[in-house]
Amino acid sequence: MASPARSGRMLLTAPALAIIVAFMLLPLLLMAYISILEKGPAGGVRWGAHTVEAYVAFLFERDLADELVLNTDYLRIFLRSFWLAGLTTLITLAIGFPTALGMALAPPRWRTFLIFLVTVPFWANLLVRNYAWIILLRNNGLVDQARHAVGLGSGPLDLLYTPVAVLIGLVYSYLPFMVLPIFASLEKLDWRLVEAAFDLGARRWQALRRIVVPLAMPGIVAGCILVFIPGLGAFITPELLGGGKALMIGNLIQSQFGAARNWPFGAALSFALLALVLLAMLAYLLRYRAPPGAER
Amino acid sequence: MTVRIRAGAVGMAMLAMLAAGGAQAAGELYLYNWTNYFPPDLLKKFEADTGIKVILDTYDSNETMLAKLQAGGGGYDVVVPSDYIVPVMIEEGLLLEIDAGAMENFKNVASPFDKQWFDPERKYTAPYMWGTTGFSYDSARVPGGALEESWASFFAPPPELHGQVAALNDEVELYNAAALYLGVDKCTESAEEAQKILDVLEKQKPLLAMYQSDGTIERMIAGEVIMHHQWNGAAHRTREQKPSVVFVYPKEGLNFWQDNFAVPKDARNAENAKVFINWMMAPENIAVASNFTGYMNAIKGSEQFMDAALRDDPAVVMPAEYADRLSPAKDCSEKARELRNKVWTRLKK
Repeated sequence: MASPARSGRMLLTAPALAIIVAFMLLPLLLMAYISILEKGPAGGVRWGAHTVEAYVAFLFERDLADELVLNTDYLRIFLRSFWLAGLTTLITLAIGFPTALGMALAPPRWRTFLIFLVTVPFWANLLVRNYAWIILLRNNGLVDQARHAVGLGSGPLDLLYTPVAVLIGLVYSYLPFMVLPIFASLEKLDWRLVEAAFDLGARRWQALRRIVVPLAMPGIVAGCILVFIPGLGAFITPELLGGGKALMIGNLIQSQFGAARNWPFGAALSFALLALVLLAMLAYLLRYRAPPGAER
Repeated sequence: MTVRIRAGAVGMAMLAMLAAGGAQAAGELYLYNWTNYFPPDLLKKFEADTGIKVILDTYDSNETMLAKLQAGGGGYDVVVPSDYIVPVMIEEGLLLEIDAGAMENFKNVASPFDKQWFDPERKYTAPYMWGTTGFSYDSARVPGGALEESWASFFAPPPELHGQVAALNDEVELYNAAALYLGVDKCTESAEEAQKILDVLEKQKPLLAMYQSDGTIERMIAGEVIMHHQWNGAAHRTREQKPSVVFVYPKEGLNFWQDNFAVPKDARNAENAKVFINWMMAPENIAVASNFTGYMNAIKGSEQFMDAALRDDPAVVMPAEYADRLSPAKDCSEKARELRNKVWTRLKK
């Protein structure tokens, strides 16, 4: 039943809905359709010729006798991306939570300035910041020079073009996405609850674990999602700091639309990724349909 | 071929500004070209000479350009496809027949560029730049000061160079180099031959510092690596600052690519496009483009207008004795492309 208030709300959300349908849903549907088409001989697709070959190719390949055999290459690339994104999430959480807590506990007049500091890296393009890390990390780069200057060993550290360098780059790039949502939920936290915990004999660690962390959970989960999902699609940082020796999901998809000219497979890979991300989101929604702090 | 770095000193922003300025009455020309691949000064000169205003848009790979034209978008008058993609575009009916071979300035085109496999009668295309993909090394830092002119120096470098070699992060270029090294067809459809190519690449991988197509010039100049799989124009610009660098034309052959001007079928200013293409075949004009890109053109008599440093660099003006080492690009079959992509994926799985 459309009450005036309700139809008014519909009207107000219509532009947002229209944008989501036009720029999100329609391209997704197009991508889904392309993934079940046959590829064209010169790139592109053959409209109207349907096949699920692209999805089969994700896990299987045809051997010389035209039998399907398991091919784990693509799966390994997916796993690598998930592993790297997961590790990045954990490290940003380990650094980001104490940072956000410190910010929330700082005097109010300091907070704005601290938020400002967290967002400063966004002023420069991601590519530029990654190149900066190359200059820092490369042999005889600034990190090496600083190390030698204070007498911490000699010779190069050989950090650049290793998985460690990739991880440093990713953690650095995504840290603000972890700090800001956690800070937002900590800032709203009712500190009288913590005081009450202390009054009831809780130690600092207990108060943190049983009061602060549960109340900050929506922010923590939001931060994890904001780091994990773009981390999955990251390919510039692995390319630049990792020396391009291992493909990420992003590189794999890009090459299907580039040199391989295999659009259906590229679309199918994108869809496989999307499905996995959706599953993760679904798990989150089922677990945290209402933020734990809201049920009072 | 994926992203080839068309080197140039001036940023895109400047190009766009120049193209947007100086509006004249004699019509427009929408040019769709590789990034950093056309000197802004030359656009100004063209506008002054003909009164045609040029609007520039850029792309980073043939596939990007192809996909855009296939999707029916753009409204471009001149595009710059590489050799292997030209037959695809003709086949797909994307190009207008402009009969470049009959244009006034076509007489300036040097052999063998007047007749090319991808457009034997030059009905659709006129030549722009051409170049090669070999490798370069710093002669001051290799044992004995010189290496064999062979892909073996790159795929199986001497121990002193281990970890100090960089390859282009380019599926097509690296695969083709390995195929040339082994003497197999770069468009092979045989799984065994593709496996051999993969073996070479997998053996080389632990000896490499990285796969990276960006910043090859800076990396060589900074001495970050001793050897780099490189395009010849980039090698020239490396040599400008580090004269000890040598560009190698491997004896097994090296990839040879040619970029061309062509006119899309739905061009709105086709006549202006023809004026532009003819104008670009004049030696004094194309020479300016070579000075900017660091690549050689296909026009007789342009040398006298080129910078001496460019003219005298064997990395740019190929010594005649190497002519038989050039291995022209090809458009591989669907099956061959699939094998190539599998090798690439497996190399980096």
